[in-house]
Amino acid sequence: MGDMIATRDSYGNELVALGKEFENLVVLDADLAEATKTNKFKKEFPDRHIDCGIAEANMAGIAGGLSTAGFVPFMSSFAMFAAGRAYEQVRNTIGYPHLNVKIGATHAGISVGEDGATHQCLEDIALMREIPGMVVINPSDDVEARAAVRAAYKHEGPVYMRFGRLAVPVINDEASYEFEIGKGVTLKDGKDLTIIATGLPVSEAVKASELLEAEGISARVINIHTIKPIDEDIIIKAAVDTGRIFTVEEHSVIGGLGSAVAEVLSEKCPTKLKRIGIYDRFGESGPAKELLKKYGLTAEGIVKTVKENM
Amino acid sequence: MNKNELQKVVTEVRKGIIESTYHAKSGHPGGSLSAAELFTYLYFEVMNIDPKNPKDPDRDRFVLSKGHTAPGLYSTLAERGYFDKEALKTLRHVGSFLQGHPDMKGTPGVDMSSGSLGQGLSTAVGMALGAKLSGKSYKTYCLCGDGELEEGQIWEAAMFAGHRKLDNLTVIVDYNNLQIDGTLDEVCSPYPIGPKFEAFNFYVINLADGNDFDQIKAAFDEAATINDKPVCIIANTIKGKGISFMENKAGWHGKACNDEEYKAAMEELKKAGEAL
Repeated sequence: MGDMIATRDSYGNELVALGKEFENLVVLDADLAEATKTNKFKKEFPDRHIDCGIAEANMAGIAGGLSTAGFVPFMSSFAMFAAGRAYEQVRNTIGYPHLNVKIGATHAGISVGEDGATHQCLEDIALMREIPGMVVINPSDDVEARAAVRAAYKHEGPVYMRFGRLAVPVINDEASYEFEIGKGVTLKDGKDLTIIATGLPVSEAVKASELLEAEGISARVINIHTIKPIDEDIIIKAAVDTGRIFTVEEHSVIGGLGSAVAEVLSEKCPTKLKRIGIYDRFGESGPAKELLKKYGLTAEGIVKTVKENM
Repeated sequence: MNKNELQKVVTEVRKGIIESTYHAKSGHPGGSLSAAELFTYLYFEVMNIDPKNPKDPDRDRFVLSKGHTAPGLYSTLAERGYFDKEALKTLRHVGSFLQGHPDMKGTPGVDMSSGSLGQGLSTAVGMALGAKLSGKSYKTYCLCGDGELEEGQIWEAAMFAGHRKLDNLTVIVDYNNLQIDGTLDEVCSPYPIGPKFEAFNFYVINLADGNDFDQIKAAFDEAATINDKPVCIIANTIKGKGISFMENKAGWHGKACNDEEYKAAMEELKKAGEAL
């Protein structure tokens, strides 16, 4: 593991790189450019950065309209407002006509920290994956996040990307990493159980598997960066090979990765499953790392839940 | 087209509205009829369009933000030659390309899916912004309902359009003073409409009779001269216009004719057409 970088920074950086290559890429923001990191794009391409003001619903509509005029808009805000406030606009004005709009949602999950429950979106994966034709990506580190932004640009149709505020370790190797929408990644093999994680807790899941190994428990670790379409094959194979699945996400266990994995398993390969995430409650204020610890999303927390459920 | 020719066209458009909603046994004739002259004038006089090339990137755009009046748009598109008028009888039927609310994926000539009120104007703003960013000269027109102005998103979009001085955008308000639960001032008044758009940096044109082609022409001619801000035309119209028993009745917002009413309405339109 190397540098620490927040995936929102990866989003901002990759937009600049793509902006240099593709003139039809435009970035929309709703007065959060400093926080979503689209300010980097704004500096480089002021004419192609559209600040819509604090009006996310309108931003979603403008993005839809721009996409019909040959542009590839990346609409950016916090997950709470991109997926929450503008949900119906995203569903009806972007999803229903299957417009080529990319949604860059930063500040997802409990790791927003001190701002507390109103800004900690724990429901966005659930909301977005229900929209027909919407691709939902939740990258785990800088390498994956930048690859995801690039893949989203190249994908024809709406894509929801979930990024975090907190700096996280770089766990993927830039030189060898290949990102494919809908393809899970096995980070570590194991035979006793499988931990399937998405987004920020992926690095913690890797650490957890190392801690478990020291105690003689062999845990496979799978990174599901694309929640939709989900990689059914990698999940079913893990169920068959290891017989026990744990999911880890910085999201409500209702409707997120845990639900998506449960849907696959219960229909195709019924297997014991334990979901690690936020259990039907709102978040709260506090330093991000303390909150992650409190809600069992650290390596130690994952190990504890695994041992309780073996 | 001269006024008489336009009146002939709009009478056919009205027939299509009655026909399509009758065969659907549902739909929204009231607001389709109030805006019939506006639809007709836009598609036959104002907009630079080619029914044979509905995706032309340089075409003018139209967004029906009050998407429930799709029968009015569909009938106008059919009359203009985008598709066969017979298709109007399939409105709202399973498998039809004429959905209850506009679907840009299925219907030739529909530039944006719409129907959830308040959202269409934002997409029209996006189209107008797109023209500015790409240096294209196409214009964007957006028809809103007056009741729709109660949606907050309309004013988010108006704020942005005024702020960006999108002079390639024309908003038309179909001001018929009726919404489902009654008159606008009874339900939740958005009045005064004109000063609100002016406050959002629009150039406002009051169109006293939005069912009269001479006055509609004057309004659009004036709108075309404005080159430093977006334009809003507030068109006073009569809901249910052209069918005597539907005029000014909120009850005709969202229901279709029964057999008897269908015959009476078509007979009235036939006579109106013959008198031209």
